[in-house]
Amino acid sequence: MSATNLDNANLGVNNANEKQSLLSASSVTCIREERLLFDQLNIEINAGDIVQVEGPNGSGKTSLLRILAGLSLPYEGKVQYRNQSISTCQEAFHQDLLYLGHLPGVKGEMSAQENLQFNLALHGIKSNIVETESTLAQVNLTGFEESLASHLSAGQHRKISLARLYKSNARIWILDEPFTAIDKQGVQALEQLFKAHLTQGGCIILTTHQDLLTFPSQQLKKITLDYTFDSIGE
Amino acid sequence: MNKPMPATNLSYRSVFALIFKRDLTIALRHKDDIINPLLFFVIVVTLFPLGIGPEAQTLSRIAPGIIWVAALLATLLSLDRLFKSDHSDGSLEQMLLSPQPIFILVLAKIVAHWFITGLPLILIAPLLAVLLHLNEQSYGALILTLLLGTPVLSLLGAIGVALTVGIKKGGVLLSLLVLPLYIPVLIFATSAIDTAALGLPYSGQLAIIAALFFGSLTLAPFAVAAALKVSTN
Repeated sequence: MSATNLDNANLGVNNANEKQSLLSASSVTCIREERLLFDQLNIEINAGDIVQVEGPNGSGKTSLLRILAGLSLPYEGKVQYRNQSISTCQEAFHQDLLYLGHLPGVKGEMSAQENLQFNLALHGIKSNIVETESTLAQVNLTGFEESLASHLSAGQHRKISLARLYKSNARIWILDEPFTAIDKQGVQALEQLFKAHLTQGGCIILTTHQDLLTFPSQQLKKITLDYTFDSIGE
Repeated sequence: MNKPMPATNLSYRSVFALIFKRDLTIALRHKDDIINPLLFFVIVVTLFPLGIGPEAQTLSRIAPGIIWVAALLATLLSLDRLFKSDHSDGSLEQMLLSPQPIFILVLAKIVAHWFITGLPLILIAPLLAVLLHLNEQSYGALILTLLLGTPVLSLLGAIGVALTVGIKKGGVLLSLLVLPLYIPVLIFATSAIDTAALGLPYSGQLAIIAALFFGSLTLAPFAVAAALKVSTN
């Protein structure tokens, strides 16, 4: 059923029964440290969408992404994966989700290759040495496969974690500042990868302070969060 | 339009093996994890004869208590590493978001932790027992109580670590949470060793420790999984 629904969504078929957004959030409210970050936020993400969450530092971008990924619970509201609450269909949702937080999740004691291999295996993707080498080459880490990650730079750590994107089967990509510490060339390669992912029926939610000019405006949705001083209980 | 294939789900056994292998690899490359608790254990136990005096009768009387208290503190010292480094570099988030059942991931991590900290303690304990003039009849009881008891320490400790992993300075809180839970193990283990020294059967105490072991083995992973979800919220 996934294939047909996705195709319909891509063609913009507006049949209420057929259309099924990949990920949606309805009236989500987030409160952190007694500060209201966002209130009654509604988001609907369909296949082929790229959503850029914008806002100044401390406006709740990461909190929003964590809520969408199911890592944090919203104060109010709910997040749904294909019209089912993400807590009830956790396994299916996690299979279809790739979340990269602002921490790269790379172990310093393991080599670049071992890190990638483990990260893939954890998500059920088996890979051999040849495959991981070619994937690491795609993120410009040729020659560093055997180096322990603790000897690599912050940008290279991020590249190791981003390398997973090339192998992923997940359709929902939630990326928190994926371009941080990445060189210009790497950013361009990533944008190409994002485009390929979108045409294959995936969706991307990301935060970045960069302008994503290369994406057509009908594809790129923007969510702007404001820094507010509304505190509750006053 | 779809990407080729949905991610295949791994069997419980391969998930367990995956995490277990990873944690052991990390520990073997970062040897502090293995050496520090072991060294602490050895130092604490060897300090007692120096402080109390080399009189064999006194030492053999307090040997079970010393060895067990030192093992308990050494485990407590090593607990932090169970989830802390994974939490601070983001790999814990990735594990929680993986399609694999969390309790298996957690169980594998705890078993790996016991291999790294509990097993070396058991291997070196008989040597230290000689140093403390432990009664000859008690060696069997010492090894058996350590074999059944140290996994309980790792399992119960994991719950405490999972609850405090999100807190910057959770060290004191961790000991306050975990040490009271360790007391039953301590009481029954030392009592078993004392009983063995008198030449009496100690299977009763051993059975209680075994019950604690199986109880925590089956229940702790679920508690840890729930606690981790709260901590990362």
